[in-house]
Order: sequence, then structure tokens, then C-alpha cells
Amino acid sequence: MGIIRWLSQLLLVWFLFAPGLVSAQVEDSEAQQLLTQLAESSFAAKKDVINQIAGSGDERARGWLEAFAANKLGRIESSGDFIIVLKNRGRNWTVASALTGENLGELSRRDIDTIRVNNSLRNELEGILSVIDLKSPDKGKRLSAARALKGSVDGSLAERLPELIEAEESGSVQAALTEALAIYQVEELGDVAAVAVLSGSLNSEARAALQQATRSDDPQLVSAAKIALKSIEQKLKLNRAAETLYFGLSLGSVLVLAAIGLAITFGVMGVINMAHGELIMLGAYTTWGMQQLLPGQPGLALILSIPAGFLVAAMAGIAIERSVIQHLKGRPLETLLATFGISLILQQLVRTVISPLNRTVVTPDWMSGSVMINEALSLTLNRMYVIGFALVVFAGLMLIMRKTRLGLEVRAVTQNRAMARSMGIRATRVDILTFGLGSGVAGLAGVALSQITNVGPNLGQSYIIDSFMVVVFGGVGNLWGTLLAGLSLGTINQLLEPWAGAVLAKIMVLVLIILFIQKRPRGLFPQKGRAAEG
Amino acid sequence: MWLTKPFQERSTQIFLGVLFAALAVVTVLHLTMPKDSALYVSSYTVTLLGKYLCYALLAVAVDLVWGYLGILSLGHGAFFALGGYAMGMYLMRQIGDRGVYGDPILPDFMVFLNWQELPWYWHGFDMAWFAFIMVLLAPGLLALVFGFLAFRSRVTGVYLSIITQALTFALMLAFFRNEMGFGGNNGLTDFKDILGFDLRTNATRLGLFIASGIALAIGYVICRAIVTSKLGRVSVACRDAEARTRFLGYRVERVQLFVFVISAMLAGVAGALYVPQVGIINPSEFSPLFSIEIVVWVALGGRATLYGAVIGALLVNYAKTVFTGVMPDAWLFALGGLFVLVTVFLPKGIAGLLSKRKKADRRDDSDDKDASGAAQEATA
Repeated sequence: MGIIRWLSQLLLVWFLFAPGLVSAQVEDSEAQQLLTQLAESSFAAKKDVINQIAGSGDERARGWLEAFAANKLGRIESSGDFIIVLKNRGRNWTVASALTGENLGELSRRDIDTIRVNNSLRNELEGILSVIDLKSPDKGKRLSAARALKGSVDGSLAERLPELIEAEESGSVQAALTEALAIYQVEELGDVAAVAVLSGSLNSEARAALQQATRSDDPQLVSAAKIALKSIEQKLKLNRAAETLYFGLSLGSVLVLAAIGLAITFGVMGVINMAHGELIMLGAYTTWGMQQLLPGQPGLALILSIPAGFLVAAMAGIAIERSVIQHLKGRPLETLLATFGISLILQQLVRTVISPLNRTVVTPDWMSGSVMINEALSLTLNRMYVIGFALVVFAGLMLIMRKTRLGLEVRAVTQNRAMARSMGIRATRVDILTFGLGSGVAGLAGVALSQITNVGPNLGQSYIIDSFMVVVFGGVGNLWGTLLAGLSLGTINQLLEPWAGAVLAKIMVLVLIILFIQKRPRGLFPQKGRAAEG
Repeated sequence: MWLTKPFQERSTQIFLGVLFAALAVVTVLHLTMPKDSALYVSSYTVTLLGKYLCYALLAVAVDLVWGYLGILSLGHGAFFALGGYAMGMYLMRQIGDRGVYGDPILPDFMVFLNWQELPWYWHGFDMAWFAFIMVLLAPGLLALVFGFLAFRSRVTGVYLSIITQALTFALMLAFFRNEMGFGGNNGLTDFKDILGFDLRTNATRLGLFIASGIALAIGYVICRAIVTSKLGRVSVACRDAEARTRFLGYRVERVQLFVFVISAMLAGVAGALYVPQVGIINPSEFSPLFSIEIVVWVALGGRATLYGAVIGALLVNYAKTVFTGVMPDAWLFALGGLFVLVTVFLPKGIAGLLSKRKKADRRDDSDDKDASGAAQEATA
């Protein structure tokens, strides 16, 4: 039974597709004829030929027209066969047959006649190509084609659009097409009814059309357009605010990531580690190294570099603690200088061993691109991941400090070292582990940063001052303070940026913090009780 | 009288003697020796030495606040650069219509940016006396405002260091902007003459070198006068036990503010003498790295000695010149290593080594042992 059913299905499939195969075969002669016409007629006549080709329904038509627009459709001088030029650099061009798509290898440039095109034809082609996509069976393709149409509809297309809208099944494509048509109607015809269609639109072309309409002579149109513009403005403002907030949060989460390790080493342990930025840099370089080790698998490399970055930075941090910082206990200013020296050495080490130039870290596919909320607002994915990562790291640290034995011991040692030791806590071991933890988190920050900024020897330097500011602003020794300070500083920075410029915004934030520390020298959330007396 | 007190000190006499002897030797060798002689001091070397002397004055300024007041300023480069910019603006106006664009009033970069008239803060800088006052006033005012805010709210120790670093970082970003009207990225350069003397002649260079030496001598004496005065005693008290000094009835923040402003002005003078010798001032002088380098000069030479700062500045900068000439890549390794080695193994610097022998007979001198550590414990 099964076999019969299977065979019948196969038969059904055959019947469905066979006509298609046949038609494609038959059209070859027709196609040849069309292409010949295209090659031989005058520019004015070519316009009609283009439309015929587009209307033929042949699935190769798009390829031909695109090649034609790019000056890449031609024929071999000797045989008259039509070809599409794949690569037109140098003396020999790589070509493929226009009819079968078969790669014909390289041909001398001189043996090829490209079919000539001019700008008015190109304009025509642009419109036609977008309509071709509108007939594609793929809904995504139709949607992007419909969106691309906005603002570029012309008279001939406008006549055909209503029937296309009618035939369209998908609501979103339909809406996009309607809007495209409405833009045309407002722009060219001054149609008052079409204004209503555009009133909620976030498309820039729609706005341009409405703005143009406000300058028209028809008072009715002007008032309608003004009302529509107003509602658009409001919607845009909301979207812009949302975007700023998103950028702010993303910048803030970067700051939190960079500063949270410092909140452990500086805030909890009281050790000034000016090489913290270089530990971040090490994490970023670990990501780069991982990707070099696993070429072709950037995603896997990125995931593996999370533990690897943590380990590398933690080891480096512990080495710094053992070799230098432990000898400078109780002398914070000297610690500051010595660790600054270490940061210089690490930077120069990377410069000499790897390269003074920036390295490129590949962003895996699942992290690139963006989520489009609407036409005025799209959120980039990599930043979204960084925000999520920052929150996860923060939660993890919080858990370690609050719920584990290590966290308890850390707090005990920082509050009263002598007492903690007399209770049997091995203070030196706690020092090492805590410093390793803080440094490791810096490494994690580096892994995340490698996805959104350049990985170079100066990576760490650019974050160190900001990180200290975040920790001081948030209140030393308070992880929640660091989170809040980082996010709010990031948002404030982004809020100031539009009207002050990036550099001035940064300066203003720095000045703001300096002033804030005058008012509250111990930050947003000062430590209270025993710990504050240190 | 408090001003003559330093001259009665042995250390000041030796310092001034060595300094003036060195100035005289360099001058004589430069002027009298034939060019092919091994003892001839080229005008390049004279300018280089002049540069070192400016750095030495800057180091003395930092030592005054770090060594005697316990404030580790990571932003003294900002005061140095402000003094330098004030001088640079004067030199810029002196160019007159000899610039590339030949505008009698506007400096080249303003013409280039299509500015129509001089910004208000550039007025007056065509007059030397005004510019020289601004060399003192600009860094002094910044130090006054910043110090007033910081000391009033009792920001001390590491916090103050980080804020000073943020201050110079913010200024660097600001001066990089073209809109600030200080030449942006390129800074001020292409200077022609100072007080009517052509900057490219050897005589002017020698004059600037001697002026730097005299400025260093005056700065040293001023600092010495401050630290040997009653005020100096109080400032050392602030350094070692700020809270206790306050409870004894001293206005700690006023002492801090006064010394800080004086130090900033000295740094400004150093910057002003530095600019005509190197021929350029740009925002990189504001970079946090430069400011922290100054600190390591002082740390190497030995804190709270003043002459140690001079030794440190000369040594490190000489090493820098040698290193960047021979193997430029190694310089940051050397500098970084210096930071670590000095802080871990040589907490009292070279001056500490020098005075070790003296210590053997005078055991009472214990005020600067682990000074900042003690200060930290007292204020934290």
C-alpha cells in the first residue's frame, strides 16, 4: 500500500512540475529572440523590450535585467550567444551563459559585446526589477521589494499597483504597497484621501511627501498633511526616545561589564588595579585567538572564549596580585603606580607580540543583523546580546558574593582581616581568589567588547577611566551601585549626545561625576556600618 | 625672614650651586668650543637640556603636592599644558601676517576653519605681559576651582587621584575639538619669535635654556620656602594625619588649596617655557599617560625632597631620549618596569639611597617613612 501511495504522490508531483519544465524549455527560443531585440534596438525601443522581458514570467528574467542594468549583459562576438559577465576586472572576463547559467570560463574582453544601457533605462529597470520581486513566491522578498518601492513609484507603476495590492495575500506586504501608492498619490496628484493612509507612517519618504504637500496650494491638502505630520512627529519622537534608551542601556551595559570586575577588586578588596583595562584587553584578544584556532567557526570560538577569556584574565590577574600587589598592601597610591606600570607593559607586550594594529574579531551570524521593530527603529542584535550578557554576569557575581562560602569569606576578610584570620579563614587564599574573580570578569568584559569595538592594544586604556568613574559613582563596594551607575551613566551619555556631540557629551558626563563626587564623596550608595570604616 | 630661609639650608645651597654651575658650563661650552670639538654642546642639545629643565620644574611642582601634601595628582599635565597653551597663544599671535595664509590677526588654523574673527578668549594674547600673567592665571584658576570643590568635600587619597586623572582626560578630549579654538588635533605650532627674538636662532635657544634653569631655581626656592615655613609644617601634618590636624584647629582645606594652586602655577610656568623650545603644543600633553609619567619621575627621584624630583625628571627623560632613539618599542617596557621596580623596591627613590648614610647618624628624621600609607589609614 505504502509503495503505491508513494508512487501516486510522485506522479502528482511530476504533473505539477512538468508543465513548468516544458515551458522553460520552449521559452529558450523566445528568450533568445527577446535578448536579440534588446541588443539590437534603439534606446527608446529597448524600453519596451525590457517590459516584455519582465512580463514574460521567465525566472531568468531578473538575472538578465540586473546584469543589463550593471552593464554586464552581453553577447560573444563570434557566436552571438548571450552571456552574463560575472567578473569584469582585468583583461579576461569570467562569463556565464545567459540562457543556461553554465559557467563558460574566461573570455577576452575584446570578444565580448556588452549591450549598451543608459541612465533613463536604468531608472526604468529599477522600477521593473522591484515589480518582478513583487511577484516572487517568497513573502520576505515581496515585503522588502514593497518597502523599497516607497518613494520610487512612478505613473506607470501606480496604475498597476492597485491590482497588485488586490492580488496580494500577505497583510504586511499589502500595507507596504498601499503606503507606496499613497506616497505617489500625495506627492504627484495631491490626493487628500491618500494623506490619511500616511498619517501613521514612519517612512522617511512618506514624511517627505507630506512635507511637500504642506507647501501646496490646496488648503485642504495642506491642513490634512499638517495634521498627519504632527502625528508622525509624535510617533517618531517616541521611537527616537526608545532608540536612545536602547543605545544608552547598551553603552551602560558595556560600562557595567568593564566596571563590575573593578567593583570586586577596587570596591570590595580596596586594591587599585590600573591594569584592569588591560585585563579586559586580554579577554578580547583571547576571543581573537580562539577564532584563529577555530577558523570558520566564529560562533563556537566565541562561546569557547567565554571560559577561556575568564581563565586567561584571571591567571594574569593572579600573577599581578602575587608578584606586585601583595607587596604593596596598605599603600594604595603605590599600588596605583605599580599597576599602571604593569598596564604599560601589557600593552606594549601585545603590540610587539601580536601587532600594534587592530585585529578583526568576526561576529557570528546569529549575533549580527538587527531586529526591526518598525521603519524608524531597529535594534542591533550584538548589542542586545551584550546587554543580556552583562546582566547574566552581574547576576552570577551577585550569587557568588551573596550565596557562596567564598563570598562570605571575602566580605569577612575585607571587613576585618585580623578577625577573619583568627576565625580560620585563609586570608591570602581569599585575596588570590577574589582578585582572580575580579580579573576574570574583566576578561569576560573583553570577550563581550570584542563584538562591538575594535580589538587593539589601546582597548583597555579607553575603558579604565570610565570604569573607575562608574565604581566611584555607584559607591565603592556596592555591586548594585555599580550596575545602576553604569546603566545610568550610559543613558545620560546617550541623552546628551544628540545636542552636544559625542566628545562634549563625554566631557559633560565626566564633569558631572566630578561635581557629583563633591556632593556625595562616597557615591550613590555609600557603604554603611563597619565596612565603611575599613 | 621666610624667603631667605632656604638659602641658609645646606641642600638648597648645593642644589643651586650645581644647577648654576651646569648652566654656566653648558653656556660656555656652547659659545666658545669649535663645532668639531668633542666638548661642543650643539644647540640641539641645549634645547633638549632646556626641555629637561622644564620637566624638572614640573616634577618639583608635583613633588610639592605629593611629597609634602600627600595628594597624588594624576592631572598635573593639565596645568603644564594650560601654561603651555597660554604661551602658545602668545607665540601664535606674534606670527602676525607671516603665517601661511598671511592673515594679520587670525592664526592659520582659524583661517583654515573659515573663522571670521578672533574668539574673545584670544584677545590680549598679542601682548606679552598679558600672556605671561595668563600662564600663571589659567592653571592657577583651574586648580583653585577644582581644588576648592575637591578639598571642601574632603575628597582625598585614591579618589582624588582618579578625579584628577578624569579632569585631565576631559580636558584632553575638549582640546581635541576644533570648536574649542585651540587648533584641535594639531595644536598650536609654527611659531616665529618670542619678545622679538627669532626662535630659530641659537642665541634665543640658549636664552630659553638659561631662562628654564633660572625658573627651576626660583621654583625650587619657592617650594623650599613653603616647606620650611610654618605652612609647610602644617601641610606635612595634613599629609600624615589629616583628621588630627583638623582637630588641632587648622583649616586643612585652605592649606591644601594654597599649596595645590602654587604647584599648578609652577607647572604652568614649566609648560610656558617648554612650548617655545619644542615649538609645538597639542592636546597630547593633556593625556593621562603624561601626567602619570611625571609622578614616576618624582617616585624614582624620591618623594618629599624636591631635589629628588629634579634628579628623577632628568634621569627618566634622558633614558627616554636614549631609548626612543635606539629601540622605540622597548621604552614602554622600560617605563612600565620602572613603575613597578621603584614602587616595590625603591619606595624612597634615589634620594632615599643618597640619604641612607646620613640617616645612620641622625635617627630622629622619621617623618616621611611610609608617609602616604599613614595618611591613607588616617583618612580612610
